[in-house]
Formats: sequence, C-alpha cells, structure tokens
Amino acid sequence: MSDIRFTDQHEWVRVDGDIATIGITDYAQEQLGDVVFVELPEVGKDIAAGDEAAVVESVKAASEVYSPVSGEVVDVNGDIEATPAGVNEDAMGDGWFVKLRLSNPAELDKLMDEAAYAEFVEGLQ
Amino acid sequence: MSEPAATADTLKTTPLHALHVELGAKMVPFAGYDMPVQYPAGVLAEHLHTREAAGLFDVSHMGQAFLTGPDHATVSAAIEALVPGDIRELEPGAIRYTLLLNEKGGILDDLMVTRTAKDGVLFLVVNAACKDADFAHIENHLPKGVALTRLADRALIALQGPKAAEVFARFAPDAATQAFMTGKEMSVAGLPCMVSRSGYTGEDGYEVSVPEGDAAALAKKLLAEAEVKPIGLGARDSLRLEAGLCLYGHDIDETTTPVEGALTWTISKRRREEANFPGAKIILDQIANGAPRKRVGLLPEGKAPAREGTEITDASGKKIGVVTSGGYGPSVGGPIAMGYVETGSAKADTGVELMVRGKGRPAKVAAMPFVKKRFHKPGK
Repeated sequence: MSDIRFTDQHEWVRVDGDIATIGITDYAQEQLGDVVFVELPEVGKDIAAGDEAAVVESVKAASEVYSPVSGEVVDVNGDIEATPAGVNEDAMGDGWFVKLRLSNPAELDKLMDEAAYAEFVEGLQ
Repeated sequence: MSEPAATADTLKTTPLHALHVELGAKMVPFAGYDMPVQYPAGVLAEHLHTREAAGLFDVSHMGQAFLTGPDHATVSAAIEALVPGDIRELEPGAIRYTLLLNEKGGILDDLMVTRTAKDGVLFLVVNAACKDADFAHIENHLPKGVALTRLADRALIALQGPKAAEVFARFAPDAATQAFMTGKEMSVAGLPCMVSRSGYTGEDGYEVSVPEGDAAALAKKLLAEAEVKPIGLGARDSLRLEAGLCLYGHDIDETTTPVEGALTWTISKRRREEANFPGAKIILDQIANGAPRKRVGLLPEGKAPAREGTEITDASGKKIGVVTSGGYGPSVGGPIAMGYVETGSAKADTGVELMVRGKGRPAKVAAMPFVKKRFHKPGK
C-alpha cells in the first residue's frame, strides 16, 4: 500500500516500499498557473531533504521544487519535461517529478498527512 | 516549492475594479493599482485568445492628459522640447510613439502623443508608474500659454486582436476605417470616447478613452460579444514581449538612451538636424558613432525561460549584457527574451549564453518581433 505525505511548500511524496515519488500538489499547480517548463535532476543524483529537486516554471515565474525526503534519484518524469502542461492536468498523479530511493524513511514522520495538509491549505484561503 | 509573495496595502483602483472581481480575476498590485493579473482562463489561454480573436484589457491605470495651446505650432513646439519625436508634422488625428528624455539622453518614459482634430490640442498617454513624475516634468517645462490637463476622470480600455475591428464596428462604425496609429473622438455605444487605433500586443486593435462613469458599461457591452474575453496583465506582458515592445522600467529607463534601446527610429530626420531635444548631443553622437550596448531580442535554444536579470555571456563566459524581459512566449511556443548586449554582439544570429541557475544555456540574438505584427493598414 502506498502512503502519501505533504510539505508546507506544497510538495507531495508517495511512498511505495523504499521508493518515494515526488510532485507538487494540486493547490500548487493552481497557484502557479500554466506550467511551461520543468527542469529535472539527473538520475543517480543524491538529494537531501529540503534540497532543490527540480524547477518548475509557469508563464509567470520560476519556482523551485524542494525534496521532502533524502535519497538517490532513480527516475525522472520525461513526460512532463516534454509536455509541462501535464503538471497542471494531473499534479497528484501523472504529473509527478522524480522518484527517489529513500535513504532515511524516518523523515516521512515530519510531514503532513492528507488531512493535515487539507487543513493547512484551507487556512491559506 | 517557493512562491513569489505579493502584498496589497493602500492600492488605487480603476473604474473597472468591481468588474474584474466579478469576473473572478486574481488581483495584484501594479504601479500603485490593484489590477487583474489573470482571469480564471489563465495567462496562456488569455494570450492565445488575444492572438486568435479579441481581448479586452483595462489600462485605466495609465496617465491621460490634454496638452493645450493657442495652435498646433505652439503646442507641438512645447512638447518637442522634451521628446525627440516629430510632433509638429503630425497630421490631425495621427498618433506618434515617442520618448520623454532627460538631459543625458536617458528615457524618462515612453508615451503616445495624438494630434487631435482640435487645433492646439494634443492627447497624451503615459505609463502608470511614471505618470505623476511625467506630468510634473512636462508642466515644469511648458511655455506661457500652453497647459497640461490631466484626465484623471477617464478610464482606458483596450480591445486587441484580429477580431477587434469587427467587434468594435458594432459599437462604433466609424472606427472600422480608421488607420493604425490614428485617434479620433467618436461615439462608442452612444458614449463620448477618444478612440485610438493602437495597442501593445502586436495585434490590430483600439485603445478607448472613456469617461470613468461609463467605463464598466462599455466594458460589459464589449465582453458580451462572443469574440471578446477579459485579459489580465500577465498575458499583456507576454503579448508585448512577443511583439518586441518595451516595458518601461525594465527594457528602457533613465539609464538607457533611444539608440541603446533600439528606438532610434522614433527620431525623425528633421529632429536630428535640429538637434534641439534633451540629450541631443549624446544621442546624435551615438547615432553617428554607435552606442556601447544595444537592446536585442534573444531566442534560447533550449526550453528554459531566461527571466529578467539573467546574465548574458559570450562563448568564452565573459559577461556581455543582461536580460531585461524574458519568459515563455505562448504563440512562439517556447522561451523568448530581450536584453542589452555589447554592440559587437548585437547582430542577429550571434551566439550567446544565458546564465540560468548557474548554467550557461545557448541562445541566439534574434530579430524582433518574435511574432508577425498584424496592424491595420488603410485601404485594407
């Protein structure tokens, strides 16, 4: 079973075994507007929790996507590199950014669960 | 994810403010006004809609004024003392894009000057952020008998796009035959308006000065037409960038001359010969001998947009300039930018590098506009 966690910077991480898939939330894509460019890390790169994992640019501005957890990049989503609008269409699913092999699963405990994140976003509106 | 922050304090509003809110606009502070950056359709859709049909823009934050004197010779001489454009030879009804200059030849603002049908009356439209300074500057330099009257009680609505003329003719039949860069007073949907066939998108269209109390009614009538959608400042910026048009305070400012800004074309032969505009000595020397840097278009070869402030280097990594406007061009379908480079690197097709997030990314100097301009020519 997969488990999803959220950051207060509007990233999500879905964990399946020791693989964490990372993306930005639906709230984030809505705030960004039309995504026109995505820059992803090299496979094999080690990323620490809180480090920049990717860059996402909308028509308006560039934003960094920070990794919620530490690990080695095992896959990146080439589809959103080719078609950045995919992030707007399915931010929580097909619009994922990177997959990491978790090096410190305990980091997940510091993140929000779905209900906590929903409440957090509610508070922003 | 990092997000750019926005704050709203004591912002001014335009007569269309309530309409923007009603339309679901996302409002942001711009030049002291609470303005719509986008509507629910989003920047991309709004941009493309303007290129395909017609977009309605609230540009009421811009500064409008009449400059009045006893006759055209007097009033045109008064403004020509401050700008390098040829105002004297404008035909009644013609509009000139020109520049307010300081004594060093730096650009205080860019503006539109219309010779109205009434002798001795010029209609001026200046940038929102500069309007107080501009009008004070003009007033401080006026000869006796010439006066500036601010039109703070007028809104300004732009209708832009290939369908703009067809739509606008339903409300103002006279506007259909109007040539690009001409302005005249006419009734629009029964309202007394000053209609300029001009714009900031690279498309055909109009900019309509309307009494503030009538502005919302006129905007609603235009928006009720099937071809028209409201367009925010976000798309206004990407449209003008694709059209290669300068944004004051970014692509031109007090430190750039018209020659550096690639706006030498705005200085007529007569004005060059008379050499009686502010900074003429410096500007004419740059026209004759070249300026150290020049504003150019830039086409990144990859997909990464290069934003304002991005450093431009040559192949060896030496800094040769900086991006002043940059982003994604929805109609181009990729990143576009403009900026200043050393004149030796300003020729089209020159290879340069744009330093985006610490990495040099190849780009080429490119001719502007990035999209074909589709202005209305008389007889068409």
